[in-house]
Amino acid sequence: MTKFTVDGEEYSAKPDENLLQACLGAGVDLPYFCWHPALGSVGACRQCAVRQYANEEDKTGKLVMACMTPVAEGARFSVADPEAAALRASVIEWLMINHPHDCPVCEEGGECHLQDMTMMTGHTTRRYRFTKRTHRNQDLGPFIKHEMNRCIGCYRCTRFYRDYAGGRDLDVFAAHDHVYFGRHADGTLESEFSGNLAEVCPTGVFTDKTFSAHYVRKWDMRGAPSVCTHCGLGCNTTVNERAGKLRRVLNRYNGAVNGYFLCDRGRFGYGFVNAPARIRTPRARTADGALAAVSRADAIARFAALLGAGGRVVGIGSPRASLEANFALRALVGHENFYPGVSTREGALLQLIAGILGAGAVHVPSIRDVEQADAALLLGSDLPNAAPRAALALRQAVREAGFAPSAKVEIAPWHDAAVRTFAGDVRNPLFIATPAPTRLDDIALDTLRAAPADIARLGFAVAACIDGAAPAVAGLSADLAARASVIAQALLAAKRPLVVSGVEAGEESVIQAAANIAAALRARGKSGALLLNVPECNSLGLALMAQDRPGFEAAFAEPPALVIVLENDLFRRAESVALDAALAATRLVVLDHSESPATDRAALVLPAASFAECGGTLVSAEGRAQRFYPPIIEQGDVREAWRWLGEAGHAAGRGGCGWDTQDGIVAALASALPCFAAVARAAPLETLRIAGNRISSEPHRFSGRTAMHAAQNVREPKPPVSADSPFSATMEGYYGKMPPALLPFTWAPGWNSAQAINKFQAEIGGALKGGDPGVRLLEAGTTAALPYYTEIPAPFAPRPGMWRAVMLPRVFGDEEQSARAAPIRERMAPPALVLNEEDAASIGAAPGEMLACELGGGIQHLALEIQPGLPRGVAGVAGVAARAHALPGWIRITTAGTGAS
Amino acid sequence: MDKQLTTPLTAMLQPGGMPLDVTGYEQAGGYEALRKALTMTPEAIIAEVKRSKLRGRGGGGFPTGRKWEAVPAGPGAPRQRYLVVNADEMEPCSFKDRLLLERTPHQMIEAVIISAFAIQADIAYIFVRAEYVLAIQRLTRAAAEAQSRGYLGANILGSGFALTIHVHASGGRYICGESSALLTALEGRRPLPRSRPPRSAMSGLWGKPSVVNNVETLCNIPHIITHGADWFLSLSRCADGGTKLYGMSGRVQRPGLWELPLGTKLTEILEEHAGGMQPGYECRAVLPGGGSTAFVMRDDFDVAMDFTAMRTVGSSLGTGNILALDDRRCPVGMLHNLEHFFAQESCGWCTPCRDGLPWVERILAAIEAGEGEAGDLDTLAHHVSFLHSDSTFCDLAPGAMAPLGSALKHFRAEFEQHIREKRCPWHDTAEGWA
Repeated sequence: MTKFTVDGEEYSAKPDENLLQACLGAGVDLPYFCWHPALGSVGACRQCAVRQYANEEDKTGKLVMACMTPVAEGARFSVADPEAAALRASVIEWLMINHPHDCPVCEEGGECHLQDMTMMTGHTTRRYRFTKRTHRNQDLGPFIKHEMNRCIGCYRCTRFYRDYAGGRDLDVFAAHDHVYFGRHADGTLESEFSGNLAEVCPTGVFTDKTFSAHYVRKWDMRGAPSVCTHCGLGCNTTVNERAGKLRRVLNRYNGAVNGYFLCDRGRFGYGFVNAPARIRTPRARTADGALAAVSRADAIARFAALLGAGGRVVGIGSPRASLEANFALRALVGHENFYPGVSTREGALLQLIAGILGAGAVHVPSIRDVEQADAALLLGSDLPNAAPRAALALRQAVREAGFAPSAKVEIAPWHDAAVRTFAGDVRNPLFIATPAPTRLDDIALDTLRAAPADIARLGFAVAACIDGAAPAVAGLSADLAARASVIAQALLAAKRPLVVSGVEAGEESVIQAAANIAAALRARGKSGALLLNVPECNSLGLALMAQDRPGFEAAFAEPPALVIVLENDLFRRAESVALDAALAATRLVVLDHSESPATDRAALVLPAASFAECGGTLVSAEGRAQRFYPPIIEQGDVREAWRWLGEAGHAAGRGGCGWDTQDGIVAALASALPCFAAVARAAPLETLRIAGNRISSEPHRFSGRTAMHAAQNVREPKPPVSADSPFSATMEGYYGKMPPALLPFTWAPGWNSAQAINKFQAEIGGALKGGDPGVRLLEAGTTAALPYYTEIPAPFAPRPGMWRAVMLPRVFGDEEQSARAAPIRERMAPPALVLNEEDAASIGAAPGEMLACELGGGIQHLALEIQPGLPRGVAGVAGVAARAHALPGWIRITTAGTGAS
Repeated sequence: MDKQLTTPLTAMLQPGGMPLDVTGYEQAGGYEALRKALTMTPEAIIAEVKRSKLRGRGGGGFPTGRKWEAVPAGPGAPRQRYLVVNADEMEPCSFKDRLLLERTPHQMIEAVIISAFAIQADIAYIFVRAEYVLAIQRLTRAAAEAQSRGYLGANILGSGFALTIHVHASGGRYICGESSALLTALEGRRPLPRSRPPRSAMSGLWGKPSVVNNVETLCNIPHIITHGADWFLSLSRCADGGTKLYGMSGRVQRPGLWELPLGTKLTEILEEHAGGMQPGYECRAVLPGGGSTAFVMRDDFDVAMDFTAMRTVGSSLGTGNILALDDRRCPVGMLHNLEHFFAQESCGWCTPCRDGLPWVERILAAIEAGEGEAGDLDTLAHHVSFLHSDSTFCDLAPGAMAPLGSALKHFRAEFEQHIREKRCPWHDTAEGWA
């Protein structure tokens, strides 16, 4: 540690920190705008001026920008210096010249970094008396609102969007006080990380358009720590509620997982919680065949009666439901009648993944680990579409190669512009082998476009190159052999090599090949990390819970007497005709938050809480068990699925359902299934009280609680309290040094914006005080070894008149819940069949032409999209996630013109 | 060339304004310096340039030899290396580099080759102000001619040294003349200045070691090689070596540009070379070296125009191109005109410059229009004291404050008169600056 003094007080910092970072880390407040812990320093805003003294004798010193100043041992600074303080106040005065000061009508007001920093500098009165410049705003699409007049020119937006996230369609235009941050023309922001602009922007230029549509002040909303439910990565979120409505999703910092950033699917996919399609009351099938609302007690009685009617009761769980809900269903029906709620196809891939990761023989990387990989191979995984946040981490990993050479010429890693200039295109090697181009190709050292079988062969060959004991690939083409050798050498030369694959690769062989590479690296003494991505928020948790259970289709092999479907639209996972027939032959109870084709066919529909109305635990692709909490407390008949199941089981006299609290069911889960023993430690118990108080869930400036219903009644109702969470429902309660998993909103004295997180970090940009939330279930042991997979597929051979159909993932639309949100729907492209230009020409089809193919038990009509680079004989299927269970597979394609291909 | 040569930079100017072609340049002794340089070691050239006490003529005055020396040398040093000529002459009232570029293009090319050899650069760029169309044409042609004679290319005059020269037209912003912003512009990016460290010698163009030198600076190099450092030192009237292209504009009898010993007195330039003021005009003050230098008042006109002496009168040499302020012009109007330029040319990167300069400009416009208010001068003074090189990102805004700061000191009465009388006292008689 480096020791330095500020105004006579001694502090310590890490050797490679800049002074601003060091000050914030030491708890010394210093205002700033352009610096961001993830984006580094550029010295643009000139807000963080301090005085630096050369030594003890130096009484004059000079003004420096803290963000651009390395902290050397014994360095002496003054923050309180009058000239430095005057310059800081002056910078605010300059920034305010053109700022409209429209805080009362600005969405950022109350959580605005510019407000906070203005207060921090003490600047109050502006002398500028001339006309402010104004800008024309742009329509940036369904996610982000643009109000350029508020801009203070900190350049964070373009630095995040372009430099950090690799976007191209947001830039800075013009010069002097006319600088304009936007697109070259109105239009939807292309990057899947655009939502972060709302948090990166220190004021209200870029705001959350979905939030604006039902805007509430920060201090009028209840917050809860949550976990994103829109892919398998488990990014931490803060969710805000008012008046029973989920208002928005914010990033919640977790140093090991998502850091400061979310993807747009995670941030803007919440609309399903408020949608009209929500199931709010229990409904039962009446004598005339219609579904009619029934009381809660009636619903429980009917459920118990169905359970007690005899015959086999089958439970179909869900990869988007919590461990608790799935465990409750499993407890109710018994393990042998529990099905993990994924198709046989997907189940096989998930179980393969759970088996590989569960063996304790490979390091399963966190997203932070991904960010620090120094060589990576994407094997069959279109990560930017399947798990965007991990792809963003990979982009940083590639770029970190520039840090070491920069350090040699004394350019610190935080000196962002200098590192980017000096390092140029020095990159850590990234290899991408996928059927179609990805949005990481621009930074890849090499890309291979191939069918899954050939991708698998490449992977097996890489493993064989790394370790001679790994099975060799017979008949490998010279091209693949050469590529494999280059990749193997790069991975071997790396300190922290990473292999990425996942369910989106579509075939077991690809995942097995990825596992072989990780095993081969381990055999060579390398701690190769293996990220195997899974599609849904609890896919891995469910796979661990039901590792030996087949896909749900098997449940219908012998018609069961009763099927209980938990939070799952089975029609997205199976051939609808067959499923219809199977469901017609049984009675069906559906517990879900939203209407689906399955609810139409149910005898009993129970309104299950969404993630916004209940607590629960999810296991991410990293194997990290994380707890989420509800911001919405009063929900009438909407209840946790595990509570419905428990009460029904109890009423039916079934044993094993004796839990009636969140803590109770977590304890039961942990003791029943050893692999989940650690889950109880994922977050503190719900009975946690600090200084006798619950943790407050609203910032203390709550302004309108008694006025909210003043038109009807001025009496203040007693606030509701959740029995299953340690939070109060209001501003009353404790807020301060809390367990990091329980941060309901980000606030600290003088810090009302998201930037307040620095007060909760043990190290700026590092772990949270008390450790990053969640508990890792899958740690690699030192002795375990992964056996090599030996079934190497034959080279891909096109079949005449047929195409090998593979799923091409899409960020927007593939995930069920977010696809119900209107803003996400706006970003969903129509379903497409993707061919390369020669294949399209061979069937005489033009781009945009509707083609028909039989897929998943029905004819699909898909528009032709041309994708140069897609291998011949391979057809990409995009935008029809519901047919993933039939992929990959061989299809015929019919054109409207010829009628046949 | 003989040892009596006293105006090396302009010795080859031809009557009629056409430059010498390569043959004419060779006949006049051109490219002999290059032949000699190629027999020397790069270290020896740098040593000679250091000994000559040649300092940058673009305004900064940084010793050229020291700048070159900072480039990592030796077998392990990184390649590529770049030499970049800053020919983006946009400093208000400066036109000295234009003369050299248009009238002595081969001198420029020869200078570039020798200088590139000295720092072992592989590629050189001449970054020319876009409006200097004639200069671009003539440089391009000269480079092609030099190539045809073997002065450029893969194996220059059989020495094994290789160099490519690119003549690049600027996109056209004042900030591109800031040496680090110039590099960013050359990379095809928005021309933002860079924060030092790292210096360009370590991480310049595309992150490679680079040297950026002014046109006039480099044009001295062939002559230093030919005639030696002692001769060069003997040219000047001060501790630093060489001549200087001094220019003068404003209401003088003979506006123009003269190559004179470095350290020539301001009064000599005004009275002898520019012929004094036109009848009916008094010179009140000058901006001695472009828009980014502080006013020198008449009482100080005896100052020597060199890097050190100009500091003693609170100003700096800058480009050495002098602008005379006469008694029939409003100093506030002149300031407004200047600050309009600087405000408009701010790149928009750092707050004090981006938002401070336009504010300054508007206050000056208001004062000039008779709408000044009490407190305006305090606000202007606030900018002068806070837009300094530690508070801003580059030297544009501090440069813009140099004339303003000195004007607030020397012309305070005029400013106050504007505000008091709510009008410009010169309003009916002034000759405008626009």
